[in-house]
Amino acid sequence: MEENTYELKTGLAKMLKGGVIMDVVTADQARIAETAGAVAVMALERVPSDIRKDGGVARMSDPKMIKEIKSSVTIPVMAKTRIGHFVEAQILEALEIDYIDESEVLTPADENAHVNKHNYKIPFVCGARNLGEALRRINEGAAMIRTKGEAGTGNVVEAVRHMKQMTSEIVALKTMSEDELNVKAKEYQVPVELVKQVKELQRLPVVNFAAGGIATPADAALMMQLGCDGVFVGSGIFKSSDPAGRAKAIVQATTHFNNPKIVAEVSEGLGEAMAGLEIDTLDVKMAERGN
Amino acid sequence: MKLGILALQGSFHEHISLLKKLDVETIQIKLPEQLNEIDGLIIPGGESTTILQLLEKYKFNLKEFNKAIFGTCAGCIVLAELGLIDVKIERNAYGCQLYSFVDDVLLENGDKVRGVFIRAPKIINLNDEIEILGKHNEDPVLVKQNNIMVATFHPELTKETKVHELFLGMIKEN
Repeated sequence: MEENTYELKTGLAKMLKGGVIMDVVTADQARIAETAGAVAVMALERVPSDIRKDGGVARMSDPKMIKEIKSSVTIPVMAKTRIGHFVEAQILEALEIDYIDESEVLTPADENAHVNKHNYKIPFVCGARNLGEALRRINEGAAMIRTKGEAGTGNVVEAVRHMKQMTSEIVALKTMSEDELNVKAKEYQVPVELVKQVKELQRLPVVNFAAGGIATPADAALMMQLGCDGVFVGSGIFKSSDPAGRAKAIVQATTHFNNPKIVAEVSEGLGEAMAGLEIDTLDVKMAERGN
Repeated sequence: MKLGILALQGSFHEHISLLKKLDVETIQIKLPEQLNEIDGLIIPGGESTTILQLLEKYKFNLKEFNKAIFGTCAGCIVLAELGLIDVKIERNAYGCQLYSFVDDVLLENGDKVRGVFIRAPKIINLNDEIEILGKHNEDPVLVKQNNIMVATFHPELTKETKVHELFLGMIKEN
């Protein structure tokens, strides 16, 4: 019998495809998310927009709160560790959560190294702004990738930038010679086999979600049309005026991303979206954390 | 033959790629009116709460579909929840992701397939009308009743087509 293999780690991510993963800070919110049709919840103490507002060091959540959320839903539960904080990752594994997000939304613990994700039984998801970053994370053992976007802003522009960047770099591999692929692998600091695999597949070898700034059903459908496999929504749901209604609408827009009539219908009368922020006005750009 | 793959959420692309190997024509089903075009339906793995919510929202009436349906993992839970197959399901019966596993599934016809069990459910009650087509150790993991077949594992995550071939056989029988 095989357990905790890379096949099983990437396999769970495949089951989340076409779905919405929602940030929740309480067991009640987790239940609202599950009822609305979330495929998983991300348990954390503060949503990114509050982390941005409060400042200070953002760390892994209190295990008590993660356990409460875990016992209140049947869908998978994810939680965040700081970049490079391998002990927070060990704690999350001990809590038996389903997925660990090594996340730039928390304050990095190591400026040079990410967690060696091969050492864990629990699968990891990591953020990336471009193909090189995605492949470095996969090489470290990440079983799922998401765009970094710019969390807590309600502004989708960075997620769009990151997804388009990744796609154009993947397309560019198509016409590259053996020598050029070797140069790329050096530039990306990953084995050339991984680059060749992406050239062949014309996509990342793992599931790739959108994250960072998604606030409306239209944002979710936009990211799906750009080729993402699913969507993370952080502050966008529980910082809006009607979380349950908006959560449902984003789930439907993610499923029917190619059907503008349905996306229009679910976008109606949702009330206030979360307040958005211009990227130029930010003091902290979370996407620049980790490389 | 044209097979529909319920494409609301989950591993529908994986089913489609596997069926391509068998030269079966597939379409993604996102709305109930598309059910008229197909000879059989697959409900993929994914999250059953999500799939059930979306089925209800768009008023799918699978009870009146009357053609063969195959559900894998979440699809199995969905079919039991909707009362299309008379089994009880224990969700996440083996535990969380840490306890997901790959192991041999022994088919009733003597074949062995690679069973990928991810946060898998268990089928916990069986009556005489349920035919067991595959077992993992002593647990029934692939069963059928009339024209409904369910697996608690994910044949769509492997390269093997044997389980899908069983389903295609069922459609032809009907």
